[in-house]
Amino acid sequence: MKNYMYILVMALTTYFIRVIPLTLLRKEITNRTFRSFLTYVPYVTLAVMTFPAILSITEETWIAWVGFAAAMVLAYNRVSLFIVSLGCCALVLALQML
Amino acid sequence: MHHSMYLKGMRDGIPVMLGYFVVSITIGIAARGADLTAAQATVMSLTNLTSAGQFASFAIIAAGAPYLELLISQAVINLRYCLMSCALSQKVDQRMPFYHRLFMAFGITDEIFGLAIGQKGKLDPWYMYGAMSVAIPGWTLGTLLGILSTGMLPASILNAMNMALYGMFIAIFMPAARDNKILLPIIFLSMGASAVFQMLPVFDFISSGMKIIILTLAISFAAAVLFPIADEESDGAASGKEAGPGTDGAVSGGKEAGRS
Repeated sequence: MKNYMYILVMALTTYFIRVIPLTLLRKEITNRTFRSFLTYVPYVTLAVMTFPAILSITEETWIAWVGFAAAMVLAYNRVSLFIVSLGCCALVLALQML
Repeated sequence: MHHSMYLKGMRDGIPVMLGYFVVSITIGIAARGADLTAAQATVMSLTNLTSAGQFASFAIIAAGAPYLELLISQAVINLRYCLMSCALSQKVDQRMPFYHRLFMAFGITDEIFGLAIGQKGKLDPWYMYGAMSVAIPGWTLGTLLGILSTGMLPASILNAMNMALYGMFIAIFMPAARDNKILLPIIFLSMGASAVFQMLPVFDFISSGMKIIILTLAISFAAAVLFPIADEESDGAASGKEAGPGTDGAVSGGKEAGRS
């Protein structure tokens, strides 16, 4: 039962973190710096989370590097999200079987 | 209209579902280490949707630590969702019924947020519901499978499915970098700084969740001060009008796939 209390505390905490800005910020933010900041946040966060973590997903680092490079080039050339994602997944799977 | 946005969200959510499924298998395996039952681990995944937070919680729960410690750890580790929630508040139509905000908030994760912010123009909540409706079952069922099995899938497949998740991240931020020239150096700088934080033992005392928060705040703030975005431009970058991240490409890619 205590474990369910832990889970409840966790769930409430993570939900409040997510819901408070979305419900309190009901107007468009006009401050240019803050707007720019919010525009940059998602790209910076995703870049930070991707690298270097992506390099440690395979036992052999070079395979992860190849998958990473392939995804970067494909995505830069606007290949669709689904194909970039499954393409580098298939590539990494194939390379591991060599 | 809502119907087609819901379906689009579901389709874009498939890579998220696959990635979540894999990551949550490892979550399920770790949950057993904390003596959670299969039901508890599954309920936790269904109600939390936070990989870093859940990983961190296992040690705290196993130690029987005070609830407050769990609360603080979750607040810090998930602080980035707070930033994402701020960004989403600017992405929705301000006339949208209030209750949508309550439901959308539940689905704010790195990946679903990434999809949502890449949408053209204002965000239709139904797009997010579509992505949530495939991603959340993936996360929950993966956890269940993980705790019930002792690794039925070979490591090579787990690794490759993990790659799909990162490939999706890349497919969200790279197309935007093509049009907004300042974004490309910012992305590489972010990656470089992240690698430095990861490698230098000086920073070992900072948890990985905290590193993401610090780097995101510092780099985004510096970029906003040094390279403020003009209003129309910031709309474009956020909405994908000019920057066209991820889902834009998904539309054209889907059509091509349909033709071939």
